[in-house]
Amino acid sequence: MKIAVCLKRVPDTTTKIVVAGDGKSIDETGVKFVPNPYDEYAIEAAIAFKEKAGAGETVVYSLGADVAQETMRTALAMGIDRGVLLQSPGSPDGFEVAKALATEIGTGGFDLVLFGKMAVDDYNHQVGIMVAELLELPCISAVSALTIDGSAVTAEREVEGGVEVVTCQLPVVITADKGINTPRLPSLKGIMAAKKKPLELKPVTLGPGGVTVTALALPPERQAGKIVGEGPDAVPALVQLLRNEAKVI
Amino acid sequence: MSDINPRARDYADIRQGVRDVCAPFDSAYWQRVDRASEYPEEFVAALTRAGWLAALIPEEFGGGGLSVTEASVILEEINRSGANSGACHAQMYVMGTVLRHGSPEQKKRYLPAIAAGQLRLQSFAVTEPTAGTDTTKIKTFAERRGDRYVVNGQKVWISRVQHSDLMILLARTTPLEKVKKRTDGLSVFLVDLRQGGGTGLTVRPIENLVHHETNELFFENYEIPADSLIGEEGLGFKYILDGMNAERILIAAECVGDGYWFIDKARTYATERIVFDRPIGRNQGVQFPIAQAYANVRAADLMRYEGARLFDAGEPCGAEANLAKMLAADASWQAANVCLQTFGGFGFANEYDVKRKFRETRLYQVAPISTNLILSFVGEHVLGMPRSF
Ligand SMILES: Cc1cc2nc3c(=O)[nH]c(=O)nc-3n(C[C@H](O)[C@H](O)[C@H](O)COP(=O)(O)OP(=O)(O)OC[C@H]3O[C@@H](n4cnc5c(N)ncnc54)[C@H](O)[C@@H]3O)c2cc1C
Repeated sequence: MKIAVCLKRVPDTTTKIVVAGDGKSIDETGVKFVPNPYDEYAIEAAIAFKEKAGAGETVVYSLGADVAQETMRTALAMGIDRGVLLQSPGSPDGFEVAKALATEIGTGGFDLVLFGKMAVDDYNHQVGIMVAELLELPCISAVSALTIDGSAVTAEREVEGGVEVVTCQLPVVITADKGINTPRLPSLKGIMAAKKKPLELKPVTLGPGGVTVTALALPPERQAGKIVGEGPDAVPALVQLLRNEAKVI
Repeated sequence: MSDINPRARDYADIRQGVRDVCAPFDSAYWQRVDRASEYPEEFVAALTRAGWLAALIPEEFGGGGLSVTEASVILEEINRSGANSGACHAQMYVMGTVLRHGSPEQKKRYLPAIAAGQLRLQSFAVTEPTAGTDTTKIKTFAERRGDRYVVNGQKVWISRVQHSDLMILLARTTPLEKVKKRTDGLSVFLVDLRQGGGTGLTVRPIENLVHHETNELFFENYEIPADSLIGEEGLGFKYILDGMNAERILIAAECVGDGYWFIDKARTYATERIVFDRPIGRNQGVQFPIAQAYANVRAADLMRYEGARLFDAGEPCGAEANLAKMLAADASWQAANVCLQTFGGFGFANEYDVKRKFRETRLYQVAPISTNLILSFVGEHVLGMPRSF
């Protein structure tokens, strides 16, 4: 089975974000970058399906600056066979990114193309689905359980109040949600082996795209909490505040 | 704020790999294990699964084939994460005796299984109640009888016995009165602890300041197969010494990891804690001791890298390895003390972990080797002063 998986380098979710001087990007000094957590589910799925199939190849693709190689090594350390970095500073326009990825992946003859359902930096939920469309492949998005039997794919999606079960045939594009698996940690041997795995660099030029980010703002600072009292005596005051002040009940 | 360890970018992949394994074992985990005086089984299992404890086993035996420098980074990061390597470091280096002096059959039989995490060799029985640091005076005796050795004697402070499948044992095979040199006549055995109870070995846990599962051992006509002997009979003391430099460097790195942990905790607390309407860290009485402790951790860290560099280059490194261990143990202890002082009363509360780490790092002044013994090594062997004992 030949599997492609796409990976984005994003700021660590625990990093304190500072908006840069231009007011529309983040200040990257001192920011720790990690693989997009949803993409880690996709990576784990790719490795696990190849292991199960007993043969094949897994390839990780990323579009980004040269520093993204570091992040891609994590995927190689987990067990992905090789990587291709599309060198570009990135783009706020998901469609431009999708076009570049689709051009590259389209010629690879993949049975399965995996994405995370979204990137935790921009929350766009777009690229995987757009790549599927560009490649004229079926797409199942936000998959929380996935089985492949021969070429029959069965996926579960968590929808409001229940689970939707979807089937289709390979090849397919899947975007992964939480719950699909538990990504493995890179082992010592994996980390050492990753240093020797091929990681190809390919410059790409993205179009201007149709979307422009004009401003970034941090959410308002959280107000200090209020301690109403202790024990049963505090309940009436708490209920009153939840109803009238917080308006949540 | 950026990392206070300027070398944190070196070996970044190893550091990140170890941090990822350590991350789920948070403060709450360590407090629970510590309160119950338990051995951190899940933590050690996670490190084993990811292959970190097999770092020093050559690749031909299925290990990581890393250098001592790289292996030391692993232990540094374990301690830096808030954990303590004491529970697991021996699995990394005790196998060195088998690797360096074992027969080809012993290596083939044990090293791949140790590398795969199927066999635990993390117990090392040297210390005895009456001999103490004077190792050549140990009384535990292994007598050859046909195809077996029969062991009689007593050991004390032997860690992780109940979490080991194999144990390295140092015993006399020729009585002290009958050898020319007191360092002769000692032998090393690889004891298979899986032969089970009721066999002449009694293990009695010692309740103590740290929880490394440390025990007294009583051997009473305890029989082991003759092929448990490692290398040649009588050369055991030399074999034990051969492993010392690597061990000293690795222990130094653990201390450095503790040192950075304490400094990080102290500077953060000193910056956040407001008393007299100002952060306590604005007072130089609070700030300077932290800066001073940091300087000593940094200096010790340099000696640790120097020792490791020499070791990996195959050059003599006895002086550097010993100095690194001593400087690092002193620095981590100073940092611990400063950290506790900075936290004031809160340092004594379990929930900040300072108390636990304070106890744990104090051990490095005494075990695996006490400060005086390093000073006497330096005085005699490095500075050429008269031998004192
Ligand atoms: C938690 C823990 C775990 C341990 N785990 C192990 C283990 O797994 N395996 C093992 O074999 N041992 C283990 N040890 C033992 C440890 O290595 C010894 O405690 C240590 O080497 C010191 O020996 P001792 O306790 O007999 O002290 P002693 O030899 O009695 O020394 C007491 C003090 O006197 C000083 N001293 C002694 N002689 C001199 C001298 N001539 N000049 C100056 N100062 C001197 C020492 O430096 C020390 O400070 C462990 C100890 C502890 C506390």
